[in-house]
Amino acid sequence: MSEAQEKPRTADEVGVPDHHQYMHPLLNKNHGNWDYHDRPRAGVLRHVSKSGDVVFSVRAGTQRQMDVYTIRKLCDIGDEYGDGHVRFTTRSNIEYIIADEAKVAPMIEALEEAGFPVGGTGASVSMISHTQGWLHCDIPGTDASGVVKGLMDYLHKEFIQERMPNRVRITTSCCQINCGGQGDIAINVQYTKPPTINHDLVANVCERPAVVARCPVAAIRPAMVDGKPSLEIDEKKCVCCGACYPPCPPMQINGADSTKIAIWVGGKHSNARSKPTFHKLAIANLPNNPPHWPEVGAVVRKIIEAYKADAKDWERMGEWIDRIGWKAFFDMTDLAFTKHHLDTWTGARKNMNSSSHIHF
Amino acid sequence: MKNDNMQGDPKAGKQHATPILDELESGPWPSFVTGLKRLRDSKDKKYAPMMNDLLGQLEHSYEERKGFWKGGTLSVYGYGGGVIPRFSEVAEEFPESKEFHTLRIMPPPGFHYTTDILRKLCDIWEEHGSGLIALHGQSGDIMFQGCTSENTQIAFDELNKLGFDLGGAGPALRTAMSCVGAARCEQSCFDEGRAHRGIINKFLDEMHRPSLPYKFKFKFSGCGNDCVNSIQRADFALIGTWRDDMKVNQEEVKKHIAKKGRKYTIDTVISMCPTRALSLNDDDTLDVDNKSCVRCMHCINVMTKALSPGDDRGASVMIGGKRSLKVGDMMGIMVLPFIKLETDEDFEKLEEFAETCIEFFADNALEHERIGETIDRIGLPAFLEGVGVEADPNMVNHPRTSSYVRTDDFDEEAAKWFERKAKQEGRAINDE
Repeated sequence: MSEAQEKPRTADEVGVPDHHQYMHPLLNKNHGNWDYHDRPRAGVLRHVSKSGDVVFSVRAGTQRQMDVYTIRKLCDIGDEYGDGHVRFTTRSNIEYIIADEAKVAPMIEALEEAGFPVGGTGASVSMISHTQGWLHCDIPGTDASGVVKGLMDYLHKEFIQERMPNRVRITTSCCQINCGGQGDIAINVQYTKPPTINHDLVANVCERPAVVARCPVAAIRPAMVDGKPSLEIDEKKCVCCGACYPPCPPMQINGADSTKIAIWVGGKHSNARSKPTFHKLAIANLPNNPPHWPEVGAVVRKIIEAYKADAKDWERMGEWIDRIGWKAFFDMTDLAFTKHHLDTWTGARKNMNSSSHIHF
Repeated sequence: MKNDNMQGDPKAGKQHATPILDELESGPWPSFVTGLKRLRDSKDKKYAPMMNDLLGQLEHSYEERKGFWKGGTLSVYGYGGGVIPRFSEVAEEFPESKEFHTLRIMPPPGFHYTTDILRKLCDIWEEHGSGLIALHGQSGDIMFQGCTSENTQIAFDELNKLGFDLGGAGPALRTAMSCVGAARCEQSCFDEGRAHRGIINKFLDEMHRPSLPYKFKFKFSGCGNDCVNSIQRADFALIGTWRDDMKVNQEEVKKHIAKKGRKYTIDTVISMCPTRALSLNDDDTLDVDNKSCVRCMHCINVMTKALSPGDDRGASVMIGGKRSLKVGDMMGIMVLPFIKLETDEDFEKLEEFAETCIEFFADNALEHERIGETIDRIGLPAFLEGVGVEADPNMVNHPRTSSYVRTDDFDEEAAKWFERKAKQEGRAINDE
């Protein structure tokens, strides 16, 4: 045992640190007193205070999972070209807060030179909000950083300019828990086979009643298999959601042939115009194909191109589809509409069209 | 034991080939693979062998299309959560990264940093961890990824001495998130950072020593744009709003129209108002029907200089948002349409209400049940009674459509409504 373990230090339960100590002096001075903002160019926000003070924020994309060298490089840029104050957006973009407008152009140049794309503001495709994947998660069906890297390479141009009808927020998730969250486009693992059970391990590894309780469709029941207490699955009931896998790893949900990817569209956090919405299924059963996931990229490309060409300014993906109708969406994207697009979950009825409103 | 055995190990010099991952190094987006390799190639650093094996295991995942981490139990002295243990299932092949735990560290509200504090965080993680940091996880944590079991305590101690603390994991209060808010946004309707720190720091015990039925998350968004996705992802969402009229600078409205065009302004502002509360006058000024406005933020987003939230600002509380596990997706339900957040007393009231909700959750939720699921199970009226909130029309899209309800106390409930209304309007109940 090490000394540290013998005489542990008692933690100072400081909780959430005070952000004011890290904020740019102008942000502290004008806290709660801002008047308006505009965007001089993609990737740059200009906020004007009622006091007359002005701050610029230069936003750049990062890879989220950053080595200390990358973070120090970002800090070097912040010290040399900025004021040493930064923040991160919820989508892992870094923002440099700068008082002097003259510093903005050199800062952009330095970021681009170092390989950090400047953009992600306004009607752009911002960085994909994502999860851990094979790098660190204990239950992932796919990788996260790799999928995102591949997609952002393709979407790079839409990140550095503001040419979409409205902002496009993409998320990825490595299992159906969907840690990536709702998005205009959500790229999520969708399992297609019931779990494969290792009956030798279940009794020792899993708290069986808890696993039975976890199943959303009551498809799991205790059973004796080869004389061992284990669990069995009613495969006709099973919806292959993978919810049993985290509390019971011997119920392996992942498989090279059965871990597939589904793409969902029309989710939205904001209350602007329409109320927030959940994303809806566009296509399932795409292959989980590292390192570039080309089949996923091709569908995302089709959806983004259709949206870009047809949506009106300020319409989010879901609002665009609401206007043109799902028939037009499936036609424009060349995707199939199947029985699996008909919701069968609790509350499904309210998702059906009970009116004579039809799109031809 | 010190882990200096890693440095002398000749095996550590053998570099895993990563042909599949190598393909993720080209292209214009910053590459996490290049970053991992930089750590692997830092031969003078303790973590280099660990990162070599980590890359080896990740390549193995790309080959097999499977993850190879399992969880476990690990924490720091005095705490029961906040560390995410990861043990490799293929440690025989990749021994140096057999333990690769994450420390979830709570960020400052709004994710504000100085370059100086970021460098200090890097220095600590270079010394005691893997050199890999995610800014930020989906719950908002700074994720210090890649720590051995032995180094977990010392790494935490150093981060803690710098003024940072572990976040939540397991059945506990979780790390919260807030938008940039009042620090830099004119649309902010309350001091998000103050509410964030006030609530989380009051209930740290629920975070550090997990004892709730399941997770409980707070998120703080300064307006209806909900930049931290609180409605869909937080058990307790605080969203900024205002009660009085929105502010219109008619000269700026005219300038906007002059610049963007009349038809374009009608198409993108007037017609997009969800409650038809806007009308453009013949002289290019704007009419706002504030009684119909639902504070959706759209017109303010488009005309940032001409339009802004009103002065009587505060927040709404929405309860019960979560993602799919296990009954399906849920968004928060409007529970407190308006709470003023200006004075110390206002913030105390908010913290008291948060405490009431956490206590209700602790007392009434089933194991592994989120508060939204509890509300579904028992019905909103029972939840409201439990937390001392009266029914309000802003809680619903529309009143019930099903007649299957017992209403023999309807008159008493109606009397309460009129009493509340009279009180709000500052008159005695028998005035008229």
